[in-house]
Amino acid sequence: MKIVQMKKYTDTGKKDTRSGFGDGLTELGKKNKDVVALCADLTGSLKMDEFKENHPERFFQVGIAEANMIGIAAGMTIGGKIPFTGTFANFSTGRVYDQIRQSVAYSGKNVKICASHAGITLGEDGATHQILEDIGLMKMLPGMTVINTCDYNQTKAATIAIADYEGPVYLRFGRPKVANFTPADQNFQIGKAVQLQEGTDVTIIATGHLVWEALQAAETLNEKGITADVINIHTIKPLDDEAILKSVKKTGCVVTAEEHNFLGGLGESVARVLASYHPAPQEFVATQDTFGESGTPEQLMDKYGLNASAIVSAVQKVTARK
Amino acid sequence: MADYKALEDLVIQVRRDILRQVHKVNSGHPGGSLGCTEFFVALYNELMERNENFTMDGIGEDLFFLSNGHISPVFYSVLARAGYFPVEELNTFRLLNSRLQGHPTTHEGLPGVRIASGSLGQGISVSIGAALTKKLNKDKHIVYTLCGDGELQEGQNWEAIMYAAGNNVDNLIVTVDLNGQQIDGATKNVLPLGNLKAKFEAFGWDVMDIEKGNDLKAIVSGMKKAKEKTGKGKPVCVLLHTVMGNGVDFMMHTHDWHGKAPNDQQLETALSQNPVTLGDY
Repeated sequence: MKIVQMKKYTDTGKKDTRSGFGDGLTELGKKNKDVVALCADLTGSLKMDEFKENHPERFFQVGIAEANMIGIAAGMTIGGKIPFTGTFANFSTGRVYDQIRQSVAYSGKNVKICASHAGITLGEDGATHQILEDIGLMKMLPGMTVINTCDYNQTKAATIAIADYEGPVYLRFGRPKVANFTPADQNFQIGKAVQLQEGTDVTIIATGHLVWEALQAAETLNEKGITADVINIHTIKPLDDEAILKSVKKTGCVVTAEEHNFLGGLGESVARVLASYHPAPQEFVATQDTFGESGTPEQLMDKYGLNASAIVSAVQKVTARK
Repeated sequence: MADYKALEDLVIQVRRDILRQVHKVNSGHPGGSLGCTEFFVALYNELMERNENFTMDGIGEDLFFLSNGHISPVFYSVLARAGYFPVEELNTFRLLNSRLQGHPTTHEGLPGVRIASGSLGQGISVSIGAALTKKLNKDKHIVYTLCGDGELQEGQNWEAIMYAAGNNVDNLIVTVDLNGQQIDGATKNVLPLGNLKAKFEAFGWDVMDIEKGNDLKAIVSGMKKAKEKTGKGKPVCVLLHTVMGNGVDFMMHTHDWHGKAPNDQQLETALSQNPVTLGDY
């Protein structure tokens, strides 16, 4: 049995990704006078208070009126502003799909749709607020960039990076405090996968909160003599096809892991790449076409099979299919 | 003083453009387009302060957003005849590979268009955004919007109407094309709009009527009054009373021509009621 030396990742202290967004926005406010922020009555939840305090003239409280918020944001780009909208992922996407489609995506407007409380880890509020379809909704829009960050540091870096990118972006993050393990000084490159571990038996491609779980899974697997490539896909669209293919050509099988429905999520995007260029067995760690429910984030991740042990099981299954 | 003879000539030519565009492709929306022809002609040729060259940002000029995008034929004709693109391009309306899509869009880069519209109810929000950016940029120019009356059945409008008044967006003039018609019939039968003036006022807008919404002089003087109302803390709403299909007798006072093109004979009749002035494209 081979057990290899793995790269070590340290949790520097659990933090919520939404705070990464808030702190990134605060920094942007200081360095880019064109950045404006809009919020639909969730300023505290989105951690936008500091931006609001520092730049009241550039902060727009729109009330519980998300459709109007998206329209206003689209209009604000005309004249050179860079609007960041903030609300929960559910209200950032499903509720305002047509406004995003026509006024933002089709119109090619430079709006940054920043969505907190994505996925099932929103927890106790239950399924009405736990959107598990938003990645699919957003990635289907032509021209929309879709980013799902994994920890505080990466969310902060992504928030800052998207201001310099011209075009509509959907930035997805969450509510719970999770491991913060990516470098504070990382150079966030839109569309560029980050290789976290090197292995030869399986490729684990994870996004968002599942990236840390994938790292834990890889350690467990290593003890069982299975080595994994672990790839952090923070940008689901445009997808880093090259990184995925390079890895799968080496390992011959894939597990994708995401806090999203297996229909429409990262897994399907990866499957498209494999089917087109390099067919290989794939298992999907994702919710199975279901709504969520109330519970603590940990309970829900366990019940819906979205954690390290679910990834380990999926790896054992997929490697047997090679 | 406006040259009303020249504006009237332009109105007639724009009517011809509208009719010929929709006839050629046997699709499009002539009724609402004809009803707003005088408004568009007055707006672009007498009311708006416009820069020579089109830029998306439109800094240092008035902006216009069309919320009810289906009346694209009048928008395209007036834009072309104001010099935004060659009038010959009206020949490509709704054709494959054209910049003149069925509903206006920025996607193909047509000069003069700053937002896609077609799915209704989004224009006021977009206009508010553009107006807020003008304020941030210390640009004193006005943002004009046109929306349909039936379009006000979309809920997003009322979010926007509430926001604009609550946040003193007073560099904004929203004109409502009050023709009382929509696809399925009269608005009062499809979904009554109630007293729009009272509704806008209750939301905190400064509201005025232009009763003769197909009369150039009434439009120009009314819209100038509307402009005087800007900058005083309230967004401005103009209820423009128009006749759908205006200028073509058999298209007037009915919703039948909302989204239907005339056949060859109907076109001939309609054009004969509007003889060439500036020259067809």
